[in-house]
Amino acid sequence: MDVIVAEKLTKEYNGKLAVRGINFRVRPRECFGFLGPNGAGKTTTVNMIYCLSPVTAGRLTVLGMDVQKHPREIKSRLGVVPQENNLDPDLKVLQNLLVYASYFRIPAATARTRAMELLEFFDLADRAQDRVDRLSGGMKRRLTIARALINNPDLVILDEPTTGLDPQARHLVWQRLRRLKERGVTLLLTTHYLEEASQLCDRLVIMDKGEILEEGNPGGLVVKHIGREVVEVGLGRMDCAGQLKPAANCDNTVKMVVDRTNHLLRDHLTVGDNLFLFPRDNGQALLQVLQSMPVRFSHLLLRPATLEDVFLKLTGRGLHS
Amino acid sequence: MRPIDISPLVWQVLRRHLIVFSRNWKTNLSFNFFEPLLYIAALGLGLGAYVKPMEGLPYLHYLAPGLVASSAMFAASYECTYGTFVRMEYQKTFHAMVATPVSIDDVIVAEILYGTFKSVLYGSVILVVILALGLVASPWALLVPPVLAVAGLLFAILSMIWTGLVPNMENFNYFFSLIMTPLFLFSGVFFPLSGLPRLIQTLAWASPLYHVVNLVRGLVLGQVHAELIWDFIWLVTLTAVLFPLPLYLMRRLVIK
Repeated sequence: MDVIVAEKLTKEYNGKLAVRGINFRVRPRECFGFLGPNGAGKTTTVNMIYCLSPVTAGRLTVLGMDVQKHPREIKSRLGVVPQENNLDPDLKVLQNLLVYASYFRIPAATARTRAMELLEFFDLADRAQDRVDRLSGGMKRRLTIARALINNPDLVILDEPTTGLDPQARHLVWQRLRRLKERGVTLLLTTHYLEEASQLCDRLVIMDKGEILEEGNPGGLVVKHIGREVVEVGLGRMDCAGQLKPAANCDNTVKMVVDRTNHLLRDHLTVGDNLFLFPRDNGQALLQVLQSMPVRFSHLLLRPATLEDVFLKLTGRGLHS
Repeated sequence: MRPIDISPLVWQVLRRHLIVFSRNWKTNLSFNFFEPLLYIAALGLGLGAYVKPMEGLPYLHYLAPGLVASSAMFAASYECTYGTFVRMEYQKTFHAMVATPVSIDDVIVAEILYGTFKSVLYGSVILVVILALGLVASPWALLVPPVLAVAGLLFAILSMIWTGLVPNMENFNYFFSLIMTPLFLFSGVFFPLSGLPRLIQTLAWASPLYHVVNLVRGLVLGQVHAELIWDFIWLVTLTAVLFPLPLYLMRRLVIK
């Protein structure tokens, strides 16, 4: 049975549609991702899943139960890591876990054993008696994830789990999440980091402006829309400085480049003064043709294709723009 | 609108507040303890020396029970405005709680009960102080804590209604200067209302603190008479009628 089923799920805030009739299913034991820029509707969707925001229209069942009818039952089997850390600053590290456990009616002795295990797992055992505000950003995040696991949840929801963390702290969180996945915990995460999505997610949806644009596994989506490689061509700042769209001479350059390399191309895309060329199969050959052209590009780069390219192609703009 | 949804998890949330309270009760208590003592010293002893007896009592004896009532009022009011708002808005504590089986109504009821707890505690501490000063005349005073519980509940609800209507830090100043201070001054804590114009007497009757002061003073002084029951019924009725209102108002702030 699917862990989450959303059909024509819709959310309206103050007369604005934040989620526009989306459909998706999350299967047991997978890591399912929502990738999209800020404001795409990811958090709104997640808030409906953990029964915080009421559903405006459509159907949403979590663990086989309707979110409107059984919020307490659903929440008792979920672990939630919200976007903003909301650890209890009035309580110490261990107390944070114990008090949280009491909201799930977990007996005190069980809670203590479980809390100590979790602190161990997240490398926080020596901080058990510290005040929460003494912890670094990465530690707070790990404690928030530990807290979400106190009730042995069937599904863990992570809203932007590594936003605001430095790269090292981020990798530490990823490692732990991978180990959770290996243990068979179903994970649902939202992110605007394509690396996070490709590192962790088995399947993901790309969301923008309240809609789902694409669904699939990270590698598959890249191959389907882009291919293996991308050649990035800088058209030169001199010509198009500060212009959102390429100036006329940029257009000419693009046309010329595309005409000359068309036989090697699968597709191309212009964003600002950057031209993205998606080679059919041989990126190296394409690069050589470009290098032999009598035009000075500000840069030429052959690199592996990523989810960001997919997002660019689907929306015409970047994840962080 | 969804119906009210309260469960026994209220006690777990209240327990969280009590754990936090047990960690810093000394600072909390001494702060709330000093202010009434200052009033007793400055007004009861200082000003009282120049004031003629009120309702046949030395001024200090008249004032002291009133301060028990007003401390209880302020304790719940501070907790359910500033305290609640900090937990909701800055600490996001409510948000963390409602991601568990706890409902938003559980959270708000626990907030109200915590305010009530503080009313009973702070009011009772002042009661003990005035007992030590020899200002308690009757064993009826043992009934003061239950009265403070009803008073605390009512003031917690009233404060939570304000918090639900105008949830921002600056507006709490208005609550205290426009509502709490007039209640404090014109509810019979400092002087009997019988000397005031008819209109103010009528208005005072609408003040919840007025009824609390009547009850507490009657019990502390041993002047217990049948009419006190009306003060009590007035408080209980208002509490019961207003109870659902803060739940609906606060819900809109957390559930969007």
